[in-house]
Amino acid sequence: MAVSTETAPADRAGTGERTSRARRAGRWRTTLTFWYFVGPFVAGLLVFTYIPVIWSAYLSFFEARNTVSPASEDFVGLDNYVAMLRDDAFIDSLGTFTVFAAFIVPLTFASSLALALMLNKVRLARSFFRSVFFLPFACSYVVASLVWKMSIFNGVRYGMANSILDLFGIEDIAWLFDPSPPWYWLVIVTLRLWIQCGFYMILFIAALQQIPEHLYEAAYVDGAKPGWQTFWHITLPQLRATSVAVLMLILIAAYQAFDEFYNLIGNQAYARPPLMYLYNTALGTVQDLGKGSAGALILALLIALVTVLQGKFLGFGRSEGQ
Amino acid sequence: MTIVKEGRRPVGYRPGAGSKASRAVNFAVLCALSILFLIPFYLIVRNALASDAEITAPGWMWFPPELHWENFQTLFDNPAVPMARSLLNSAIIAIATTVGTLFLCSTAGYGLARIPYKHVNKVFYAILATLMIPSAITFLPSFVMVSSLGWVSDYRGLIIPTLFNAFVAFLCRQYFLSFPKELEEAARVDGLSYWGAYWRIVVPNSKGFMAAIAVITFVGSWNAFLWPLVIGRDPESWTVQVALSTFMTAQTVSLNQLFLAAAVAILPLVFVFLFLQRFLVQGVAQTGLKG
Repeated sequence: MAVSTETAPADRAGTGERTSRARRAGRWRTTLTFWYFVGPFVAGLLVFTYIPVIWSAYLSFFEARNTVSPASEDFVGLDNYVAMLRDDAFIDSLGTFTVFAAFIVPLTFASSLALALMLNKVRLARSFFRSVFFLPFACSYVVASLVWKMSIFNGVRYGMANSILDLFGIEDIAWLFDPSPPWYWLVIVTLRLWIQCGFYMILFIAALQQIPEHLYEAAYVDGAKPGWQTFWHITLPQLRATSVAVLMLILIAAYQAFDEFYNLIGNQAYARPPLMYLYNTALGTVQDLGKGSAGALILALLIALVTVLQGKFLGFGRSEGQ
Repeated sequence: MTIVKEGRRPVGYRPGAGSKASRAVNFAVLCALSILFLIPFYLIVRNALASDAEITAPGWMWFPPELHWENFQTLFDNPAVPMARSLLNSAIIAIATTVGTLFLCSTAGYGLARIPYKHVNKVFYAILATLMIPSAITFLPSFVMVSSLGWVSDYRGLIIPTLFNAFVAFLCRQYFLSFPKELEEAARVDGLSYWGAYWRIVVPNSKGFMAAIAVITFVGSWNAFLWPLVIGRDPESWTVQVALSTFMTAQTVSLNQLFLAAAVAILPLVFVFLFLQRFLVQGVAQTGLKG
């Protein structure tokens, strides 16, 4: 074989001549090394993600109560899907999510951006403030639910919120224990806001640091007033990519809301998000894994749809190019 | 960590600039918000060290007249509350999850970033595809898998399925792609295998990144609720979050014990915050921005 100047990177690196057999052995060794590194992870992903998702899709076509391996005569076709879409409780849970998202997404976005801007401006005790706003991120939803439900908004006289209302002579509010809106929404939304604001604030701070200072300089020379004008025409457009990412993250997290609803309200029809409903369908007293799986797939499709639409709407692709 | 690079001289165009008055207002608002953000922590401590009669007394009490340290004794002696056990479970699960995730995801990320295997892109996209599935949707299918393996109420079921985090593997790959290649190549020329180069050159030079991933995994695992709730059916296998959630609805646990349990549950993370906040902030910035 003639010594060629062609492709293989090892040759280019100048390790010398190689016979094709040695090259094949080298390639085999590379393959082996690759799977040595990546194999365990991929195997785990197969067992705990790929197979379960396929299995669950399979279960969604069966009458599968209290079992994960239904008999073939339990095949019901699309009945589980039809049942879920006709199920008022499931549709209501989607409504609950929509209301929840309508509050939490804009509120979290605005508050975390506001905190980041204020921190960017302050000179004194900056890292102290950052720590304080970020600290709730260390608190679990369970612990926060405990504080919100049993101490701040417990609906009785000694609760903190009602004690404050008493100061102004306002009557006690039952908060979570009143099944008609709006008060329970206030409790649920403030809890999540408190926990996650600092997290997104950190993302905004990181993005604010990336804005080149000469942009502000140029705007100043051109006569733009610092404050609203520069915020609107420089800061906000420069934060575009981060803003889109943050909005997506907040929305996806809201879809998966479970912990605070479970601990604050429990399985009550008036405020039951989709995940709560699925949890009760599949793992509650009935353990209907077929219907639960169908619901999970419907939800997954909805999330995919919303993500794509949101990406289109906010111009996810454009943010890179501009 | 400084947030804005300090300029040579004070200039008017900087976003941090503004009149003295506007800076003062900004500072005052931040102080007020800080107090608001700290109130829940204050309430945990106040209620944990008060007596139930003091908590439920009419009229707001800022501090209990005397601190009831004996609440600790009552809490850990209460047979209805497997407090010590659940703390131990949480610690074992969080530590094992952190170590396991770090090991599996970083080696996978390194392989994907560096080893010139022919089908590396196909493998990478197969991993990336699972990121499209929201994790909340996979809890049900994963439960089906875990229960057919017989891992319900078992450490294996609580730990192993959470280790294969495609997002962390993705982050590791991105990180290793930006790692200076020359260092490894020198080591490879000196006769080290990929494995040797990884452990002797790459890992020791990536401590900051690894620490950031570790801290954020630990916090996530310690605070996780849905998965431990689904898998930890038996009280012996409850994590501290599941235990707390159960006490909240139980009549056998008094208010002060409840809040003391919450205080104990967040204590490890407060330590993480005090000593490792730098890594946590770094981890958040990394996980959020590249996602």
